[in-house]
Amino acid sequence: MSNSSILVIGGGFSGITAALEAAEVGHEVFIVEQEPYLGGRVAQLKHYFPKLCPPTCGLEINFQRIKKNPRVKQFTMAQVTRVSGEPGNYEVKIKIRPRFVNSNCTACDKCVEVCPVERDSEFDFHMGKTKAIYCPHFMSFPMRYVIDEQVCEGTACAKCVEACQYQAIDLEEKEREFTLNVGSIIVATGWKPYDVSKLTNLGGGQIPNVLTNMQLERLAAPNGPTDGKIQRPSDGKEPKRIAFVQCAGSRDQNHLDYCSYICCMASLKHCTYIREQYPDAEVVIYYIDLRAPGRYENFLNKIQEDEKVLMVKGKVARITEDSTSGDLVVTAEDIMGGVKKEETFDMVVLATVMQPSISMNGFALDLPRDESGFIIGGEEKGIFPAGCAKMPLDVMTSAETATGAALNAIQTVRR
Amino acid sequence: MADNKTGVYICTGCEIGDNLNMEKVTGYIDEECSPAVMKQHPFLCSREGAEEIKKDIEGEGVNKVCIAACSPRVMWDVFDFGPDVLVERANIRELAVWSFRNPELPEPEDDEMADPLSMMVRDYIRMGVVRLEKTDYPEREPLEPSNTIMVLGGGVTGLNAALGAADTGYDVVLVEKEDKLGGFAAKMYRQTPTRHPYTEAQAPDVGDLIRKVEGHDKIKVLTKTELQLIKGAPGKYKVTVKSGDEEQELSIGSVVLATGWKPYDASRLGHLGYGKIKNVVTNVELETMAKEGKLQRPSDGMPVQSAAFIQCAGQRDPEHLPYCSSVCCMGSLKQAKYIREKDDEARAFIFYKDMRTPGVYENYYRQVQDDPGIFLTKSEIQEVSEDGNGKVLVKVTDTLLGEDLEVAVDLVVLATGMVPTIADDPVLKLGYRLGEQLPDLELFNGFADSNYICFPYETRRTGIYAAGCVRQPMSMGTAKDDAAGAALKSIQCLESINRGLAVHPRSGDPTYPKFNMVRCTQCKRCTEECPFGALDDDEKGTPEPNTTRCRRCGTCMGACPERVISFDNYSVSMLNEMIGAVQVPEDEEEGGYRILCLVCENDAYPALDIAAMRKNKWSASVRFIGIRCLGSVNTQWIAESMSKGMDGVLLLGCKYGDDYQCHFIKGSELCNKRMDNIGEPLERLQVEAERVQQKQICIDEYDKIPKIIDDFIEEIEGYGPNPYKGF
Repeated sequence: MSNSSILVIGGGFSGITAALEAAEVGHEVFIVEQEPYLGGRVAQLKHYFPKLCPPTCGLEINFQRIKKNPRVKQFTMAQVTRVSGEPGNYEVKIKIRPRFVNSNCTACDKCVEVCPVERDSEFDFHMGKTKAIYCPHFMSFPMRYVIDEQVCEGTACAKCVEACQYQAIDLEEKEREFTLNVGSIIVATGWKPYDVSKLTNLGGGQIPNVLTNMQLERLAAPNGPTDGKIQRPSDGKEPKRIAFVQCAGSRDQNHLDYCSYICCMASLKHCTYIREQYPDAEVVIYYIDLRAPGRYENFLNKIQEDEKVLMVKGKVARITEDSTSGDLVVTAEDIMGGVKKEETFDMVVLATVMQPSISMNGFALDLPRDESGFIIGGEEKGIFPAGCAKMPLDVMTSAETATGAALNAIQTVRR
Repeated sequence: MADNKTGVYICTGCEIGDNLNMEKVTGYIDEECSPAVMKQHPFLCSREGAEEIKKDIEGEGVNKVCIAACSPRVMWDVFDFGPDVLVERANIRELAVWSFRNPELPEPEDDEMADPLSMMVRDYIRMGVVRLEKTDYPEREPLEPSNTIMVLGGGVTGLNAALGAADTGYDVVLVEKEDKLGGFAAKMYRQTPTRHPYTEAQAPDVGDLIRKVEGHDKIKVLTKTELQLIKGAPGKYKVTVKSGDEEQELSIGSVVLATGWKPYDASRLGHLGYGKIKNVVTNVELETMAKEGKLQRPSDGMPVQSAAFIQCAGQRDPEHLPYCSSVCCMGSLKQAKYIREKDDEARAFIFYKDMRTPGVYENYYRQVQDDPGIFLTKSEIQEVSEDGNGKVLVKVTDTLLGEDLEVAVDLVVLATGMVPTIADDPVLKLGYRLGEQLPDLELFNGFADSNYICFPYETRRTGIYAAGCVRQPMSMGTAKDDAAGAALKSIQCLESINRGLAVHPRSGDPTYPKFNMVRCTQCKRCTEECPFGALDDDEKGTPEPNTTRCRRCGTCMGACPERVISFDNYSVSMLNEMIGAVQVPEDEEEGGYRILCLVCENDAYPALDIAAMRKNKWSASVRFIGIRCLGSVNTQWIAESMSKGMDGVLLLGCKYGDDYQCHFIKGSELCNKRMDNIGEPLERLQVEAERVQQKQICIDEYDKIPKIIDDFIEEIEGYGPNPYKGF
């Protein structure tokens, strides 16, 4: 007899979708998420393309669905450490890192007021700061604060413990482990941005005003480090000329071969962020092919109508910094014009490729992977990849694959 | 059910207690609501706090609990006391204490009057108690649905959907109008790669799929069968199909629409030589030629030794199909290989605008690029003509070589696009009052797509889930996943009906609109405004509700002028009484203005919460009530507010228009129309129409909220107090 429960590894958009779709059929589902909140990458975005709507809108509906459905149980700061068994009967070991803040937390923010330690926010890609105790973000689910163990001074300080009227903070909380029994597993571990410091010719990670596309999302997001104002990291200047470098690390045999699927659309969307804030700003997009498949074409047309946005077919060879002004000199070919040019910009955005967030080894499940680490099998084990764990995808298609994975998982546990 | 006993529990933590005159608040509540139990707790959401409530439930028989504390969006699990105890949250933390800005009113002369914040909290608690009193225990509509899923279309998507549902244990009827299953896939010579490493075209695997479907004991295949009519509602559809001259009726629970696509009419592509030059064919025609082993020039049967592929033929073109069909770049790469595999000397040219091989399909593109016999370039097509010797001349400009180019080839292949089968044919044939098709939003060029990025299977007709190329142009690999997704949704719909629950977005909601037909005047507004076509009607126009088509937004309730429609926990009279529970100061100079703000609970309400968390403050004149959707706003609420002396009504809801964010599609837009319509009657009563306004707000626009509210109140102050105040 199969165990009818389903484990979903990863609480990003694909994981949440897979979990809810299975739970609403009637199955018990466990979501295991390593971050302190659910929502994954989309929680970091300002808008979705092409609709330019905030991802938190759909997340909110999904969180309501989770709240109303006792069949969904979620664990944050959690990791799967070991899986044994067979399709229909898996035993899964889960490790939960200490959050140091328990469910008493009312999000009253008193702890933050007294915490003396600051840290770089990973959520904001190190462009913003939080205290050592912090709210993951304003729309966080669960809405519960968390302590960064790396920087917190612990019991030596304990100012937060004193400030908290609700005994919500336990600085001596320990890691704990427990076991779940499930019949099937969905792997929705998602993606991470490619390490841009490998893009040395483009100044990735070196030149302050060369940003990644995800950093631009955080700059533009209302809950970002600048409350949504797009400005140069080096000096806070309002950018007047911005360049986008497409395929930064993708479609490139020196980096990653594949196309990252979303970066053309993401950069077109980013044009709307910039142009909305700065009606005089000029944007140049350097691309190989403009990939706006299906109905996304309409969105491309809309951006092409903007006279201030210029699209140039050609690869960027090099980006250098003028160290006094912080401006950037971009050397790029313009294939259609048959010339190679140097142009100066205030800010450059690298349309950075997505790669699987799970490392090649060190993931608890032994699954077939391609050379880049995407999961390309597992069905015979009753294990199903969904979303960007499987291949680069947009949000809509990720949700489709997640819904499909829910069906496959249910088939496995009903056998 | 035992007698109703209401308990009021006020949390004094999170700065609530520090800022309130609790004696006054409880005094008022006691006097006005006389709850069976009223308690305060410094940390109500603690285990002890919840235990205390449980004790009263068990000991005192409290069965309706008003929690006056933080937003219902937080600590939701703490205050769940099982299905027999109704819980209402009065959000006095975010909506009152945290966002309160002192209005600088004169010191009250009357000792009885409490401070403005305490008055506000009193209003919220009273509204909460009223809501509880007016709430009935949700009663589910029982139904034993048919568990059979009908899949329309026997192509790759339909076959996969049928197998997906059948392998999960459901009966499936697969309806295909052609005499064979397989659709376009069965007519293909090779298919573009669907698995790792995505570098080689594959032999079509549709044959296997067909065998599995035909041999499956849970799947009934009806080929050469046309759909005639889908009557009824999810869980209890009566579907008429016709095979030859024979009609039969099927009992169906839910439907997967997978009728796919047809090629764009190439006869409209005369400018590219089609129909004029024999050796110009479409990509679909080339596929058949390859499958039949006849890669020959149509003009004279000579073998094809060179071919030019013209991408985006009649696509990405406002004169033809404005969109991109997603798969034609991959298709032409594959077909260029057909030309090459027969003859190593053969040459293929691919003229494209952008090479669109997104994601892992890049692997295939790279592999084809390595073929020295295939020449690819971005270019603009200038002319397609004949040279008189059977060759076709293709002239292109703006190439990557920096020069214009003319090639003479044996065959020109037009990469034509996909048109969804439902674009000009009512494939679905629904017997619904609001039409037989899925309502076309005119956003997707006829495709049955969802307008939600997050919810690709969202449908404007509950129980009908589109998949494959009828929904979006897509590859076979994507279609397989999509089919599984749609099969899951069709199963989920049946399981939800089985339990008497709503589907997305109010999934799990047991309540549904109940109709008190005695008062119905057959005005048809409910029927016509339902965004989901849930209502039919009889000849007289009396609505015939279909609960399983309904999504519980309450748009019908908002539309009804006679209060015919209500939910067990949501009704026109309930909101009227809640509005009545707000104490409106008789004199605005002493007590301030009073504004009712009806807030969409899906987006605007969370935005309010976050605005308060971010320590934003706004006018203390406003009282918020969260509602299911602005579509459920009944104009009687406006009338009630004005007659109670409120000075204005503000509605906060989702964006509408092409990029609408309303989760019920039309709710906020319909509400806006209703508000336009009440402007005139208000003016007739000497009340400025501007006292009632609707504002669109996204969930992430929380920082705009204080200004929206304060601006509105400033405008109201300009008009002065409601002339009916005190009547």
